Amino acid sequence: MSALAVEVWRGGAQGAFQSFEVPRHPSQTVLDVVTYIQRSLDATLAYRFACRVGMCGSCAMSVNGVPRWTCRTHVDKVARENKLVIAPLRNLPVIRDLVTDMRGFFDKWARAKGSFAGTKTKRDDFARVAPDSADRRKVDAGIECIGCGVCYSACDVVAWNPDYLGPAALNRAWTLVKDERDVVKHERLRAVAGDAGCHACHTHMSCTERCPMGLSPTAAISGLKRAVLGSVLKGEL
Amino acid sequence: MSAKAQSLLWIAQRASAAVLAACVLVHLATIIYAVRGGLSAAEILGRTRGNVAWFTFYSIFVLGVAVHAPIGLRSVFIEWLGWRGRSRDAALVAFAALLVWMGMRAVFAVFA
Amino acid sequence: MNRHSSYWVFLVHRLSGIALALFLPVHFWALGDALQLDALLAWTEQPLVKFSEWGLVVLLAAHLGAGLRVLALEFLPWRDWQKGLAAAAAALTLAAGLAFALAL
Repeated sequence: MSALAVEVWRGGAQGAFQSFEVPRHPSQTVLDVVTYIQRSLDATLAYRFACRVGMCGSCAMSVNGVPRWTCRTHVDKVARENKLVIAPLRNLPVIRDLVTDMRGFFDKWARAKGSFAGTKTKRDDFARVAPDSADRRKVDAGIECIGCGVCYSACDVVAWNPDYLGPAALNRAWTLVKDERDVVKHERLRAVAGDAGCHACHTHMSCTERCPMGLSPTAAISGLKRAVLGSVLKGEL
Repeated sequence: MSAKAQSLLWIAQRASAAVLAACVLVHLATIIYAVRGGLSAAEILGRTRGNVAWFTFYSIFVLGVAVHAPIGLRSVFIEWLGWRGRSRDAALVAFAALLVWMGMRAVFAVFA
Repeated sequence: MNRHSSYWVFLVHRLSGIALALFLPVHFWALGDALQLDALLAWTEQPLVKFSEWGLVVLLAAHLGAGLRVLALEFLPWRDWQKGLAAAAAALTLAAGLAFALAL
């Protein structure tokens, strides 16, 4: 049975990689590796996980420099010569070891007006939204985001420009812009336009490449660019 | 700069890109054609001097570049140089003015 | 950090844009001195200059190709094959570079 040479980030913003030797097994995931380290080698290691079956996004970490869900990353796929480097997600402050502070990520979600605003009350009838309408299809293409932060970590513009709202927040804003029940479209477009918003996206498509849900924030952001253009031309922005 | 103004910069960038795409295709084709068999001043200037169509074409080209290049550099300044504040945009406006001045000087020299 | 094709196309786009922005004032200045065009043209016969001219044509074609990819991604209806636009951009650049090299 071979062993993995695993480097794990320890500390906060300042820290260092610590080396561990972990037994290698078939069908082993990177989360299995981290769990083994914490349970058998060093109980002080801090990391996040919840469902461990690829649904919640809590276990997202940087594996050999790439943001991934560790429960869905097989060691066989990523370990070259039995080596692994595990670090906290990029572009987020590190609380300790593999745990990051996601508050900034969600603050940007709010700044992009990433929440629904409607006018109906519980006394009104349901809104009738045709699922196969062009707009609803666009919403459905982006609605499954669970806020795991992988796209945000993958994005170089987030790394270069701390103000940039980022792919997840903009993707969510897009699903609301296309939601016919929502009533704050103009304010939302104003919130997502400009240097910190959709116009800062340079279509690197790292977000689309890495999204574990198969979403395309690049597509959503392109939609926002067109929506803002329409809004400017109509004098609404 | 307001979100609306920044959006207008993006619009200007894409609009000038579309214009320049056409200009560049024509320019590349022309250069590749003209370069065959060597270049001489008499040959070039003989074709270009007093040519109103080419004068107009290259004037549009220069103005398109003067819009497109500074806005493109703006992203580079923000993201790779971390240049914040008014001085950045002032520098870019100055660069745009430089491109217009030198570009039109060249257009006049070759096509007028 | 493994990098995918769209990232490389972006990098080519940005670096070629910077190079062109630096080159253009020089290009305009040289053309503005059209009265000395023969002296300039004699200078351009040198191999290093010829190579640089070829380089600039390639940079321009690369920037155009990568730029067309951005315009397609931003304005055309979204399709999954659009990642292949990186390949199209590369092909355009190659074609222009070859055409210029053959013409020299």
